[in-house]
Amino acid sequence: MKGQVFAITLVVTSGVATFIMFISTMHSLDFTRNKFYREYNFADVFVNLKRAPESLKDKIKNINGVNQLETRVSANAKLDIKGYSESVTGKIVSVPDDGNPLVNRLYIRKGRLPDPAKDDEVVINETFAQAHRLNIGDQFAAVINGKWKKLTITGVALSPEFVLLLKPGAMSPDFKRYGVLWMSRKAISKAYDMEGAFNDVVMTLYPYARLSDVTRDMDNILGQYGGYGAYGRKDQISHRLLSQEFQQLRISSRIFPTIFVCVAAFLLNVVMSRTINTQREQIGTLKAFGYNNISVAAHYAKLVIMIVSTGIFAGITLGIWFGRMLGDLYMETYRFPDFIYTLHPGVIIAAVFISIGSALAGTMHSLWMAARQTPADAMRPEAPAQYRVSIIEKTKINRWLTQPSRIIIRNIQRRYIRTFLSVIGIAAACATMISSGFFKDSIDYIVHVQFVLSHKEDMTISFIEPTSYRAIYELKETQGIHDAESFRVVPVRVRFGHRSYKTVIYGMEPDSRLNLLLDRNLKTVTLPQSGILLTDYLCEFLGIKVGDMLTIETLEGSKAIRQVPVTAVTKQYLALFGYMNIHALNRLMDEGDAISGAYLVTDDKYRDKLFRSFVEMPRVGEIVVRNNEIRNFYDVMAKGMLFFTFVATLMACSIALGVVYNSARISLSERSRELSSLRVLGYTRGEIAYILLGELGFVTLVAIPLGFLMGYWICAYVAQAVSNDLYRVPIIIELSTYAQAAAVVLFSALISGLIVRRKLDHLDLVEVLKTRE
Amino acid sequence: MNDSKEHFFQVQDLTKVYQMGEVEVHALRGVNMELYAGELVVLLGPSGSGKSTLLNIMGGLDTATNGFVAYRGQDITKANEKELTEYRRFHVGFVFQFYNLISSLTARENVAVVTEIAKNPISPEKALDIVGLTDRLDHFPAQLSGGEQQRVAIARAISKNPSVLLCDEPTGALDSQTGIVVLKALERINRELGTATAIITHNVDIAGMADRVIHLSNGKIAEVTVNKVKKSASELQW
Repeated sequence: MKGQVFAITLVVTSGVATFIMFISTMHSLDFTRNKFYREYNFADVFVNLKRAPESLKDKIKNINGVNQLETRVSANAKLDIKGYSESVTGKIVSVPDDGNPLVNRLYIRKGRLPDPAKDDEVVINETFAQAHRLNIGDQFAAVINGKWKKLTITGVALSPEFVLLLKPGAMSPDFKRYGVLWMSRKAISKAYDMEGAFNDVVMTLYPYARLSDVTRDMDNILGQYGGYGAYGRKDQISHRLLSQEFQQLRISSRIFPTIFVCVAAFLLNVVMSRTINTQREQIGTLKAFGYNNISVAAHYAKLVIMIVSTGIFAGITLGIWFGRMLGDLYMETYRFPDFIYTLHPGVIIAAVFISIGSALAGTMHSLWMAARQTPADAMRPEAPAQYRVSIIEKTKINRWLTQPSRIIIRNIQRRYIRTFLSVIGIAAACATMISSGFFKDSIDYIVHVQFVLSHKEDMTISFIEPTSYRAIYELKETQGIHDAESFRVVPVRVRFGHRSYKTVIYGMEPDSRLNLLLDRNLKTVTLPQSGILLTDYLCEFLGIKVGDMLTIETLEGSKAIRQVPVTAVTKQYLALFGYMNIHALNRLMDEGDAISGAYLVTDDKYRDKLFRSFVEMPRVGEIVVRNNEIRNFYDVMAKGMLFFTFVATLMACSIALGVVYNSARISLSERSRELSSLRVLGYTRGEIAYILLGELGFVTLVAIPLGFLMGYWICAYVAQAVSNDLYRVPIIIELSTYAQAAAVVLFSALISGLIVRRKLDHLDLVEVLKTRE
Repeated sequence: MNDSKEHFFQVQDLTKVYQMGEVEVHALRGVNMELYAGELVVLLGPSGSGKSTLLNIMGGLDTATNGFVAYRGQDITKANEKELTEYRRFHVGFVFQFYNLISSLTARENVAVVTEIAKNPISPEKALDIVGLTDRLDHFPAQLSGGEQQRVAIARAISKNPSVLLCDEPTGALDSQTGIVVLKALERINRELGTATAIITHNVDIAGMADRVIHLSNGKIAEVTVNKVKKSASELQW
């Protein structure tokens, strides 16, 4: 039983380890986050605006429910880091001249806050500092309000506002190309001509406050000052992505341990039934000596608990280790002062109860059968197994069947529940592998659709302010630019019925060549002359369909409110946008031929030169190089995916090994007599191995396609559960992922097969003839 | 007496020592014997006398410590695993005390297990007819009595047309009446097919149906007696 116990322990260990890993990481992140939010006074409400006088602060403070409030000046700037040739942008946020802000306080990792008396001092965020190996006293340049300025680093800090730092509109964090700079209020106000004014407000609320009331009051006050609409924590990007991550952890902590618990219960059931069967005589003897049912059942229950306990212990140890590893992995992307690993005793208790409970539940039937036998029954050999001619043999296939094949078929038929559960168990291993490969596949697909099929540009530049269409002619004339196409971006709130959503509308050139909108089948959707085209998920979210009238409140410029018909739908996996003909959008804005930026196709040779020239152009706010974007995206995802693939492969192997090995061992134990008899009759080792391993092969081969299906279901569930307005996960599973899953299962089955085959080769032919079954 | 007949088996100075924990068990201590074509031999002896060990070595199931066993002039004690498998597959028929049938196969299929891999088999139906089980062809072992199961085992053993039939306590698990039915089947096969047959038993009464009786005791051949008048199996009783 050694090998079998080991196999079961492996499965229990994996189950408990994944459970502990996911739950403890989730709890730890939750605890760490809450502590950081609490101690550093993370805001409840956020709002950006064009410009408002500082005197307005008191009015905002008087809004019912507002607790602490901080007015700030924030702006975007292009940065120039020595020795780094790519586009770097930063968000500059003011800190009060009298010290750390009240709301969104900074955790100073090292150094100090900028001196208000000096206008060139900044504190930078930690990921940015690490990515560029920047230290206190180091200098770098920034284009602030069109002016080149050298800045000196006085500190490295973390903020609850930027636990996850994501550049607006980016797919993934980019620590090298995006940073946060904290500058004294005095310095930044001067640089941006914002003295006595602010363009950013953050505040905390009293517990009794109603968020919707506060944001409404805020919008009323700030409307005339160019307010972009106040929003709560749940729409704050860092907080949202962190919550999304928690949601994914929660889903994972449900799916994977459940699979393991079921597999372990099944394995225990099989092994215990067999053990009890082989120990019938001992049970009978014990009962004859006067042991009662409870003590017999308790004896086997103890055995089950012992087996499971080893797994639980190993699982907890491994789970803590994995949990810390996963926590560290998160800490590379999500920044807290300290990652505080917490493992609630409740989690351990839950793991113990779930494992032991399900193990006992799985073995209940065998335990009951063991306890129930009368001593005489127990001491009598088990009645011979009843067999029937199988259904397959009633078909024409029958004539092709050899006797060994017949033995396989009839055994499968007789033990159909066990066979079925074995199939399910192995399929679960296959499904686990698929669900780990699925993330890579769907991300590849998103990148392919987003960056290869839709976007044909090499570079995108955005202007600080809407600019005249003439800029496009200038760009087209520039050496090294093959093609340029304009776009306009307008922040809006779209509304349909009682639902609304804050997003942007892209105005695009009528026959866009560089940014193609695609439908579900990846066919190009033509942009209508008038009307708006929406991302499919936005349509679902708003409950709107083609032909309905959408209300658009522009949050910039004229602040016009207009009704526009929805004319088409586009399938997109990232964010939710609206798309309009650029001219129609400009008409809607009551603007002339304004553009916000341009998509460019450039010559490889001139790309660096162009890039440098854009960096130096004051009106260019941002430059995105498509290849850098893709590379960064993969850099960020790679580590996480590697870890998950590693864990999933480990789990899949342990399930596959556990199930196949146990099935093989049980079959061997049940059939060793028959197999030995066949050896005596002159069957070769290979021929009897066929009978035993043929059944396993059959079970494995049936399990693999079922595993594909189960894997698909899990992926579909996960995709549906994690999809939101920030991203939708397409259910894309590549052939190679299926192949890999099948390979892992086959490999595990093969290893188990070989181990059992070795045992088969050492059957004692003489021993088996002496005994009656 | 059988000098003119073909030697099927020639056993010389056969010894077998088992290691049982720290104790050495001498199961055979220099056995010499022959088995001739067409004869029916009973190996008689109490438990532990070494008769099963002798049969197992002759059947290629066990190895000898010393001495040799020649089957048709070939020393099988020197044969490797593959040769022994082939030897069992094509030349020897076994019958065991506990039948050792495959419970998932019917009587016919249990015999077919052997005929499928034999070189010159008789059909399963015919083999089962010889043991008088024509009407039980499609019954599973669980549906057959002990005697019937043993007769299926005999049919299985003879279906490959073996030169020799080795039977280890074929009636050991049966009552006398059923045992006699089984012995009648063995007797008929020996007579009609001319298959050399060695029957191991501790039952003295069975010795009456043999051509020769080899008495084993304490790992040695104590005595070899020749039945001048063979009893028919139906005359036996115990």
